[in-house]
Amino acid sequence: MKYLLLVHHDEEAFNELSETTRKEMLEESVELTHQLHANGQYLNASPLHPASTAMIVQVRGGKQFVTDGPFVETREQVAGYFLINAQDLNEAVRIASHVPGARIGTVEVRPVVEITGLPTT
Amino acid sequence: MSDGTIKQVSEVVDEIYRSESRQVLATLIRLLGDFDTAEEALHEAFAVAVDQWSRDGVPANPRAWLVSTGRFKAIDGMRRRARFDASLVELAKQLESQFSTSHVEEREDEIVEDDRLRLIFTCCHPALSSEAQIAMTLREICGLTTEEIACAFLTKPSTVAQRIVRAKAKIREARIPYEVPSEKELPDRLDAVLRVMYLVFNEGYSASLGESLTRHDLSSEAIRLGRLLIELLPEPEALGLLALMLLHDSRRKTRTSPSGELVLLEDQDRSLWNREQITEGLSLVQQAISRGVVGSYTLQAAIAAIHAQASRSVETDWTQIIGLYDLLMQVEPSPVIELNRAVAVAMRDGPLVGLSLIDAILARGDLQNYHLVHAARADLCRRLERTAEARVSYERALSLTKQDPERRFLHRRLTELR
Repeated sequence: MKYLLLVHHDEEAFNELSETTRKEMLEESVELTHQLHANGQYLNASPLHPASTAMIVQVRGGKQFVTDGPFVETREQVAGYFLINAQDLNEAVRIASHVPGARIGTVEVRPVVEITGLPTT
Repeated sequence: MSDGTIKQVSEVVDEIYRSESRQVLATLIRLLGDFDTAEEALHEAFAVAVDQWSRDGVPANPRAWLVSTGRFKAIDGMRRRARFDASLVELAKQLESQFSTSHVEEREDEIVEDDRLRLIFTCCHPALSSEAQIAMTLREICGLTTEEIACAFLTKPSTVAQRIVRAKAKIREARIPYEVPSEKELPDRLDAVLRVMYLVFNEGYSASLGESLTRHDLSSEAIRLGRLLIELLPEPEALGLLALMLLHDSRRKTRTSPSGELVLLEDQDRSLWNREQITEGLSLVQQAISRGVVGSYTLQAAIAAIHAQASRSVETDWTQIIGLYDLLMQVEPSPVIELNRAVAVAMRDGPLVGLSLIDAILARGDLQNYHLVHAARADLCRRLERTAEARVSYERALSLTKQDPERRFLHRRLTELR
């Protein structure tokens, strides 16, 4: 079963960490993807650019509205994701607990709905 | 077959339903992989039992019979529905091949206990909200109806039903596994199970001050769950919690007067405390302590045990109680425990010492809106004959409590001051 691990953290707090710490966290995340790959649990993963680079697109009544930034006023922003294969929720949670972002922010574990008709990669 | 025999069989079936249905359900959930399918299968199996047992007699191992009948009924049902939903064909086949390779009936006795633990840990899974954990536990493990749960928690049956439906959907959709946690995860997961039990117990215990009798049954359900848990998993804190619940429950009858007034521990008729529960509680505390690491429930039970052992209030060993509160503060520091410790200190060293400890808690800004801190403070001021201060604290306590017997008690104290 597929799970999406959404890493949320406070960007300001993250930026206050030292360059070395941030680099180490990234390396640790990459290392985690290799471990997952070796176990056949890896599907995809990436960090995201800061929320300040985001755009919001809405289409209402055929009209397109494009605005800047996320409109939810929370300190925690999505900072990256891991798409994984896990046997069940407990296994997904165990993997989530190894995501370095869990130590400074939160990792949301979302079961993925598997639908047919999608292109295979 | 005569009417008399049929009646007898249906009585046997009822009896077996009461004693075995939860175990059969727990096993069927594992075999069928789904709560709703398992519940349906359980009811079908019992329906078949009424018919078949009156014809052929009660089988030697009714539980195994019910499990195997339930799973065949479930597979049948899947085949029937498969005509409309092709995905079920594969599932039915898969389930059937599993059964033919695993000798369910022979292995059943060994694994059935694990099934009940699986059910307990799944109902109390941290992915479910606390309300959902409680509703699932009472529904699936205790076998209470949705109406009974709603009545006990003073909510609408539709609210409880919705909580259960959502919890089952989450178990299915997020794929919460039906398993006993690994050794590494066990302490955290067990905490969650114990918390559910203690919440259920307290809901019943504090309700016994009120009117509703059905709510009182929650304490008995919690104690039953506690017994089941220590039978399956005799972890020290599980023993400690059961001891704590039994020792509290032993005083149930004496906590209120016949007219429904609150009776304080020191004024209770100790000859009416339930000796059987006390004896069992004391022995469980001993067992829990002898296992080495002593947790919060065990320490609370040890405190309750000291009260239970004093045949008169004045004989209470307050020094030991204070020592246990000191340990409890190390395990689980909290202002409420600090307050209880302060009251114990007041009992040993006098109200003035206790009062300064309570004032220190309040000065920090803790427990400002907790009625018992003001009630305790009022009581100490009363004993020190600081009438004006006592009045202020009683009034503050009164403004913060909603429970009728407590309100009446505080009112009584307030009038006595004048």
